[in-house]
Amino acid sequence: MTFSLTNLANPSRFLTFAGAVIPWLAALTVILLGIGLYQAFFVAPTDYQQGETVRIMYIHVPAAWVGMGCYAVIAIAALGTLIWRHPLADVAAKAAAPIGATFTLVILVTGSLWGKPMWGTYWVWDARLTSLLVLFLLYLGLIALWQSIEDPGRAGRAAAILALVGAVNLPIIKFSVDWWNTLHQPASVFRAGGPTIDPALLTPLFVMGGAFLALFVLLHLIAMRAEILRRRVRVLQQTQVAQAALS
Amino acid sequence: MPESWRGPCRGRRDVKAALALLRRDIALAFREGGAIGVALGFYLVVVAIAPFGLGPDMNLLARVAPGLLWIALLLAALLSADRIFHNDYEDGSLDALAMGPLPLAAVAASKSLAHWVTTCVPLALLAPVLGLLLNFPIDAIPILVLAMLVGTPAVSFIAGIGASLTLGLRRSGLLLALLVLPLYVPVLIFGVSTISAAVTGPGSPWPPFLMLCAISLASMVLAPLAAAAALRNSFR
Repeated sequence: MTFSLTNLANPSRFLTFAGAVIPWLAALTVILLGIGLYQAFFVAPTDYQQGETVRIMYIHVPAAWVGMGCYAVIAIAALGTLIWRHPLADVAAKAAAPIGATFTLVILVTGSLWGKPMWGTYWVWDARLTSLLVLFLLYLGLIALWQSIEDPGRAGRAAAILALVGAVNLPIIKFSVDWWNTLHQPASVFRAGGPTIDPALLTPLFVMGGAFLALFVLLHLIAMRAEILRRRVRVLQQTQVAQAALS
Repeated sequence: MPESWRGPCRGRRDVKAALALLRRDIALAFREGGAIGVALGFYLVVVAIAPFGLGPDMNLLARVAPGLLWIALLLAALLSADRIFHNDYEDGSLDALAMGPLPLAAVAASKSLAHWVTTCVPLALLAPVLGLLLNFPIDAIPILVLAMLVGTPAVSFIAGIGASLTLGLRRSGLLLALLVLPLYVPVLIFGVSTISAAVTGPGSPWPPFLMLCAISLASMVLAPLAAAAALRNSFR
């Protein structure tokens, strides 16, 4: 059997694939997190302006990448649900939502902890913070919609529609610091003309970014596997009830 | 949506059918009464209890008036939003409409428009009276009403998405508020900044006003497509 992504559309093959990949991913996550955290806390120099608090960046910024990237995953999976009726698409979207919500909460919490020493306040209603709070609320709305519709198929399609409507917010978050002059600092890593951060600070940041990405993929695969198994249990229970009713 | 694109072009007949549906929904809403009165009363109550919470300082009230009027309007409009499709869903006429030749997106658009005419327009027209209670400057009242009339189509059409997603669910009203309120943030921001710019400056109120127009137009075009997809999903 040749390996291709379409093979994974079959939930059973996906389960085998996930079972094989998860240990390796877990190892990779632990190694990257180890290296990244060591570099972030012991190797990276302190910032000339921000001192030790700059180290919050190594949690805050990768969490922001993952928290927003996760919504992009949900939006792409929503397309998969609505256009191609891909059997795993709404499993992927449903599994991603709580993970994305958690990472977004991490962004908001670390951001306010960083904001207190830097800006003198835990929270300001600036464009980047507010649009991220809206992202968090969108995640909560998606989770609530999944919770309140009984039939998984219908829930998946409804959530997919909502996810696509909410995707309008993503570019607003990304460009909020460029469009509005607010307290949050402007883009300094992914910008036209290259990053404005010193390589000594940037390398650990990218290692942490890789570690968070690996962590996200790992959690996502585990959550997807759990969701597929949950649906199988549901089907088994339904057939059992049907058989009991017949006999 | 693809299903409705197929088949012979019925442009003029579709427009006629959508207008007939709009007239029917508006007539039903007015004759049934109740809903509009409740929304207006809710608007009045929310604005009236604000001074008890904020204190009766007239300068403070004038400063927060634009935001307060907008927030109360959004809440009052949400109050009747789950009725956009609900009555027709209950008595089966929504099924009949979905089977009919009129594209489902046009059905959704005309129902959202009916919500705008019967809820948001009365609310926007009540706003000046409530503005006076909050010490809102009289010469800025035309722009207050204008901004609300221009911004509220987005409110009704986005509420249409929420109403179609939560159709037939338990506690649909609460869920609707959770889904839709975050999507109202842009309307709120530009609606309030239009009015604030007109009252206190600095700068002209027209750039945020044009953004408000853009948001309303975009949601009038795109939201019915999402609502139609959600309606089709709820029939399955």
